[in-house]
Amino acid sequence: MSYTPIKFHQTGTHTLGNRLLAPEDRTVQSSLDRANALSCGHRACQGCGEALGARYAVDAAMAAAGRDLVAANATGCLEVFSTPYPETSWQLPWIHSLFGNAAAVATGIAAAMKVKGRSTRVIAQGGDGGTTDIGFGCLSGMFERDDDVLYVCYDNEAYMNTGVQRSSATPPAARTATTVAAGPEPGNRFGQGKDVPRIALAHEIPYVATATVANLRDLEAKVEKAMGFRGARYVHVLVPCPLGWGTPSDQTIRIARLAVETGLFPVFEAEHGEITGTLKIREKRPVEDYLRPQKRFAHLFSPEPATATIARLQAIADRNVARYGLLDPAAEV
Amino acid sequence: MLRQIEGSRAVAETVALCRPEVICAYPISPQTHIVEGLGELVKTGALAPCEFVNVESEFAAMSVAIGASAAGARAYTATASQGLLFMVEAVYNASGLGLPIVMTVANRAIGAPINIWNDHTDSMSQRDCGWIQLFAETNQEAADLHVQAFRLAEELSLPVMVCMDGFILTHAFERVDIPDQATVDAFLPPFEPRQVLDPADPVTIGAMVGPEAFMEVRYLAHHRQTEALARIPEIAAEFAAAFGRESGGLVRPYRLDDAETVVIALGSVLGTIKDVVDEMRAEGRRIGALGIGSFRPFPHAAIRAALAGAKRYVVVEKSLAVGGGGVVATDVRMALDGAAIPGITAVAGLGGRAITKASLRRLFEAVIVGTAEPLTFLDLDRGIVERELARMREKRRSGPIAENILRDVGAVAARIV
Ligand SMILES: Cc1ncc(C[n+]2csc(CCOP(=O)(O)OP(=O)(O)O)c2C)c(N)n1
Ligand code: SF4
Repeated sequence: MSYTPIKFHQTGTHTLGNRLLAPEDRTVQSSLDRANALSCGHRACQGCGEALGARYAVDAAMAAAGRDLVAANATGCLEVFSTPYPETSWQLPWIHSLFGNAAAVATGIAAAMKVKGRSTRVIAQGGDGGTTDIGFGCLSGMFERDDDVLYVCYDNEAYMNTGVQRSSATPPAARTATTVAAGPEPGNRFGQGKDVPRIALAHEIPYVATATVANLRDLEAKVEKAMGFRGARYVHVLVPCPLGWGTPSDQTIRIARLAVETGLFPVFEAEHGEITGTLKIREKRPVEDYLRPQKRFAHLFSPEPATATIARLQAIADRNVARYGLLDPAAEV
Repeated sequence: MLRQIEGSRAVAETVALCRPEVICAYPISPQTHIVEGLGELVKTGALAPCEFVNVESEFAAMSVAIGASAAGARAYTATASQGLLFMVEAVYNASGLGLPIVMTVANRAIGAPINIWNDHTDSMSQRDCGWIQLFAETNQEAADLHVQAFRLAEELSLPVMVCMDGFILTHAFERVDIPDQATVDAFLPPFEPRQVLDPADPVTIGAMVGPEAFMEVRYLAHHRQTEALARIPEIAAEFAAAFGRESGGLVRPYRLDDAETVVIALGSVLGTIKDVVDEMRAEGRRIGALGIGSFRPFPHAAIRAALAGAKRYVVVEKSLAVGGGGVVATDVRMALDGAAIPGITAVAGLGGRAITKASLRRLFEAVIVGTAEPLTFLDLDRGIVERELARMREKRRSGPIAENILRDVGAVAARIV
């Protein structure tokens, strides 16, 4: 297999700090022999959280699998920006079939590898639309059969590829092209969407985790851990989308971190249906800090602050904090 | 070995002899006995190595087959009717990706109204999906076609549907010669994929293709089907040499020499048609039959040649292109383009209505004397239709048609109004 030379674009203490660590403690992304599974030159928007998340996750999975890995992809931004024929950004064997069937296609690949006695591992990936909505049946089937597949959902909280429409992972009050900021209840008027990580827990599959692109170490460690299990595994990664969320391209990581620090996106992991770890919030921030920088929530602050709606979002964050013990140092794992 | 065996079981055992490596299916009548049989053969270890995946829907069944086939495994599934419609998006995808999956379609009507009996509406709805579609006339042929289907699919890197009439064939016990493993192995080499998901040589399958190349991709799909037009008869001939019996092929002429009237049909109804042809021949009538074995690719040239001496033809088909006419008849007309042979379309047996010898005979007589309607509905109860039409004219909301009709024929409790 040939690899493109690795470019290090990252700056900041997290990357530099890596260089000071012993090689075995460094992140996959900082190592010179990372697979670079999603190579540069693809057509994602600048600052795309999904492109970043996919490279982190797939590189980590490739490292864990000794590069003996195949990927199945759902339709969505990740497929469209990475494989405009005759080009491809994928350095590993990769297949896209449809929007709703990545989990089932991955099952088929895993079945083929098993029957052929091959050690090749399988990863399936999709956006929140492909995962929580149209592909949900196939995903649940894959969980229920405990097929040997790692499914990674890149959650940008809407259908970005078709022009930012609502998905069942779109948060309440967020404006999308189908939940416009108009009327008495502007933005998405629904509850809090389908919580697929918790639905995955209910299937009692070997491993479930949530993560964000803001914490590379955590994401890589979870993917690596997931690859250590056999059977169905699910990793749900929050990947901010500058285009859909209305955030500057250089704020992707910061926004993802704010989602965690407000409690709106709880980061945890679980084995066989039991929560085994949570990422603690060092200093809890009010949800406004997360909502304000995003144009999709702009209607909550102007002309008048929508205090009731903001309070409702704050209540969701607080409930997450309580449910996962995000502030309780004693519960630290 | 010659055995008295149910059609579904014969297909299951023959598919097993083809050594599929991944089987996935979702139950639907009348396909169920086929997948149950294969499930048992895998579970007991009679078919190994093979993975039998119990999926949650037909859409998943075809998707699992896609993944397995792209990873280099010989993949098989089976379905019918609503199941085929539920998997349609993946059916098109499998052919677009050039994956040689083999699928049995146990032909059944499509609702509403829900109906589990045989007609060809389901597979005909997939006319343009890019799959090869072979039709079986008998259970022996249904079994034999699967061996040829895997060979054809893998040579051309195209998926193949083997269509067999639901219940009429799937649930009928007949004598079927199930081949032995050595003969099948000699005929069907192991699957060598055209492109495969392999970390040692990574490829991207299923990229996004824009207007600059999409036409070419579709053209090549069409081209490959035309290659199948040559390979189907060749493979049928090789099959005959290896297995000692004729099965498959593009068309099956029956008593066509000097035939003035030709009856064209697909599937098991050909058996009844041949009986009627025999009877009419015994009376000195110049009539013959032409079975179509391959609906896709459609054998235009073979049909034109077979009808060269004919004065008229009638297509008996178990599907209806609503608002159009006959599905198969449209293709036949295209095959005869330029030849001035008049033809009749007879839609028959929808939703499992029996196609009797007497009705066929009446139809053929009418065709010969020129009194048959260009679009005939065999054994349509005009009385029922007229009553319902009158009701519709009278009341804007006349209620569900099927229930009205059932009430008219006294088949439903009177309180349904
Ligand atoms: C059956 C079907 N319905 C609709 C579409 C159109 N479609 C393509 S991608 C997409 C949205 C993708 O959203 P998501 O899965 O969240 O991924 P993202 O683009 O946000 O990364 C839609 C609706 C499709 N390809 N197939
Ligand atoms: S629309 Fe969003 S998810 Fe899609 S490429 Fe742009 S930033 Fe990435």
